[in-house]
Amino acid sequence: MEHQVVHREAIGAEPLQPATIIARNVNVFYGAKQALFNVDVDVPRNAITAFIGPSGCGKSTFLRCLNRMNDTIPICKVTGKIMLDGQDIYDPDLDVVELRARVGMVFQKPNPFPKSIYENIAYGPRIHGLTRTKKELDELVEQCLEKAGLLKEVHDRMHEPGTGLSGGQQQRLCIARAIATRPDVILMDEPCSALDPIATAKVEELMDELKENYTIIIVTHSMQQAARVSQRTAFFHLGKLVEVGDTRQIFTNPRDKRTQDYITGRFG
Amino acid sequence: MTVDAPIADGHPLPRLNDPARLRTRYAAEARFRIYGVAALSIAIAFLFGLFASIISNGWSAFLQTKAHVPVYLDPAEIDPDGKRDVSRFGLADYTKLARDALSKAIGLPEKQDKATKRDLKGLLSRAIDVQIRDLVVADPSLIGQTITVPLLAHGDVDSLLKGAIDRSIPEERRQLNDRQLQWIDKLTADGVLKKDFNAGLFAYGASSQPESSGLAVALIGSLFMMLTVALLAVPIGVATAAYLEEFAPKNFWTDLIEVNINNLAAVPSIVFGLLGLAVFINFAGLPRSASLIGGLVLTLMTLPTIIIATRAAIRAVPPSIREAALGVGASKMQTLFHHTLPLAFPGIMTGTIIGLVQALGETAPLLMIGMVAFVVDIPSSVMEPATALPVQIYMWATSAERGFVERTAGATIVLLGFLFVMNAAAVYLRRRFERKW
Ligand SMILES: Nc1ncnc2c1ncn2[C@@H]1O[C@H](COP(=O)(O)OP(=O)(O)OP(=O)(O)O)[C@@H](O)[C@H]1O
Ligand SMILES: [Mg+2]
Repeated sequence: MEHQVVHREAIGAEPLQPATIIARNVNVFYGAKQALFNVDVDVPRNAITAFIGPSGCGKSTFLRCLNRMNDTIPICKVTGKIMLDGQDIYDPDLDVVELRARVGMVFQKPNPFPKSIYENIAYGPRIHGLTRTKKELDELVEQCLEKAGLLKEVHDRMHEPGTGLSGGQQQRLCIARAIATRPDVILMDEPCSALDPIATAKVEELMDELKENYTIIIVTHSMQQAARVSQRTAFFHLGKLVEVGDTRQIFTNPRDKRTQDYITGRFG
Repeated sequence: MTVDAPIADGHPLPRLNDPARLRTRYAAEARFRIYGVAALSIAIAFLFGLFASIISNGWSAFLQTKAHVPVYLDPAEIDPDGKRDVSRFGLADYTKLARDALSKAIGLPEKQDKATKRDLKGLLSRAIDVQIRDLVVADPSLIGQTITVPLLAHGDVDSLLKGAIDRSIPEERRQLNDRQLQWIDKLTADGVLKKDFNAGLFAYGASSQPESSGLAVALIGSLFMMLTVALLAVPIGVATAAYLEEFAPKNFWTDLIEVNINNLAAVPSIVFGLLGLAVFINFAGLPRSASLIGGLVLTLMTLPTIIIATRAAIRAVPPSIREAALGVGASKMQTLFHHTLPLAFPGIMTGTIIGLVQALGETAPLLMIGMVAFVVDIPSSVMEPATALPVQIYMWATSAERGFVERTAGATIVLLGFLFVMNAAAVYLRRRFERKW
C-alpha cells in the first residue's frame, strides 16, 4: 500500500511530541462526488502542521473534518476514523459542541461577530460556562487579547465594534476568540490570504508563540509560509494525501515526484 | 496573386471619439433619462392627485358643527320623583330640553306651534337625546342646573355651514327651509353654532345619521385584529422561517412546503375570507363579525408574507457569521438566537410591518366573515362584533348623504395616516437596528 509507505517519519526529523490527532482511512463525499481518498495522517502535539496542495485538492475539506464543521453541510459524508487524544471524534456519543470548543477554528476571511471586541472574545467562554464571575471573564478576555498580541492596540476600545479593526487586527481578534474557549487544537484555513505582508508577519509570529501551548494546523497556499512557520507539512493532491513529513525534508528532499513538482512550482 | 494586406486596411478600426457615434450614444442616454423623469412625474402626479382629492373631500370630516346652548336640566322632566333613580333617567324627553334651550337662544316665544317645534328639532341631531342623557347619568348632581352643552347639530346644518348646501335652490327642494336658514344665520352670528374639532369621529360607532357616526368601532376592531395578527403571525411566521432555513432537511417535502408558501402569498385575499367562514364560523362555531375571526383570517393571510420576508432576512446573514459561531462551539440553536436572528431582525421587522400594513388595509376577507355589520357599541373584547377601518370606508361610501361622503374621505385619511405611520416605523426600525459595522 503506497500511502503507508509515504507516511513513514522522515529520517532525522526534529523530535516531535506524540500525535494528538490521528486520522485513519478518511474518505469524504459531497453527495456522489468523493473529495478525499483514504487519508491517513498524524498531527503532533504542540507543533504547527501545514497542509499544502493545489486548489480543490481537499485541504479545507480535511481541516473541516477535524472539528466536524462538515456536519453543517447536509450532503457531506465522512467515513474512517479520526482520533483526538485517543477519543474518536465521530463517535455518535460525542457532543460536537464540546469538540468545537476543544478544536478552535480561524477562517480564511476574518469573521468577527458584529459585536464589540470584548463580546467577540467573551462569547465562547460565556456559552461554555468557562468563567463564573464578570471579573474572571474580564481577565480571560484580556489574557486572550494579550496572547493574540492585540491587547496593546485595543485595550482602550474594548467595547467598540470588532468589525472596526483593520483586516490583520480582525484576524488576530479571531485567533483570540478561538483560544478563548481553551482549545487544544487550532485549525487555520488560509488565515493570512486576506492580509498584507506586515499583518501576515504578525500572525505568523503569533502562531509561533502559540505553538508552545497549542497544536496548530494551518492550510496555506504560500509555500514560503509553510516553510517558515511549520514543523510538519502534508501535501495533498486530487483528494489524496501524497506525502507527509518534516517540513525541511518535504521542501528539500521530497520523496514523491508530485510533491517535487508542486513545491518547485511546476503545477498548482 | 495574394497580397497580405494589413488588417487595418480591410477593416479600418473605428476612430475613438467618432463624433457621430458619440452623438447617437449621448442622444440615447438623454432619451432614456427623459423617459425616466416622465415616468416618475406621472407617478407623482397621480399620487398627488389622489391625495389632493382625498384631503379636499375629507378634511371637513374632522370638523363638526355644534350648538353651544345653555340647557336647563329640568328635574320635573328628568327626575319627577326626586329619587335620583338612574334607570328612570332614560325615559326623560331630553330632545324637548334641548329644543327649549335652542329656542331660547334664538329668542322665540315660549308658546310654539307644531311646525316651529319640528323646525327647531330639525336643527339638532337625533343623537342629542343620548348626548344629554349620558351627561346626566354620569353626574346626577347636574339635575336642576343649567349647563352649556355642545349639542350636535343636524347633518344638514353641518353641511350648510360647510358650504355643501346651495341656498339658492327653491325652498321645497332644500333640506332646510327659509325659517331654519334664518335661525341658523342668527345662531352663527351669535357664536352659538360653530364648527369644532370632531372628536365624535373617533368616539361614535355606527349610526344612521352622519353627524353621530364615527370610527370608534372600526378603530377598535382594526386594533384588535392587528394585535391578533401580531401575536400569532409574527411568532409562528418567524419560527417557521427559522426552522425551514436553518434546521429542516432539504427534501421533497420541504420543497413542497416552500412552493406552497410562495403560492399562498399570491392567493386572492377573499379566498382566505371563505376559508375563515368555513373553518372558524361554520366549523369552530366562533361568533360572526368578531374581531378574533378577522384577526385569524388576516393572520393566515399575513403568514406567507412574514415567512418569506424572514427567510430572506435570515438568508441574507453572511454564512461566515454562522461559521464563526459554530466554530467557537455554539450549538445550532445558540447560533440562531445569538447571531442569525438578531442580525436578521431589521429585515424581519420590515417584513412584519409590511404584512401588518397589508392586513390593515384588507377588506374583502372581512366582508366574507360578516364584519360589515352595523355595530353601534364599541367592542370590549375580541369576541364581540366589530368592523374594520377599510370596511367602514366601504360602508360609508355606499351612502349618498353629504355627511357620509365627507366621512368616507375622512376615514380614508385616518387609514392612510395609520399606514403612513406604520411604514415610517418600519423604516425607522430598519435604520435603528441595522448594524452599520
Ligand atoms: N460544500 C461543498 N459541496 C460540494 N463539493 C464541495 C464542497 N466543498 C468542497 N467541495 C469539493 O471538494 C473538493 C475539495 O474542496 P476543498 O475546499 O477542500 O479544496 P481546497 O483544497 O481547500 O481548495 P482551496 O485551496 O481552493 O481552498 C473540491 O473539488 C470541491 O469542489
Ligand atoms: Mg480551501
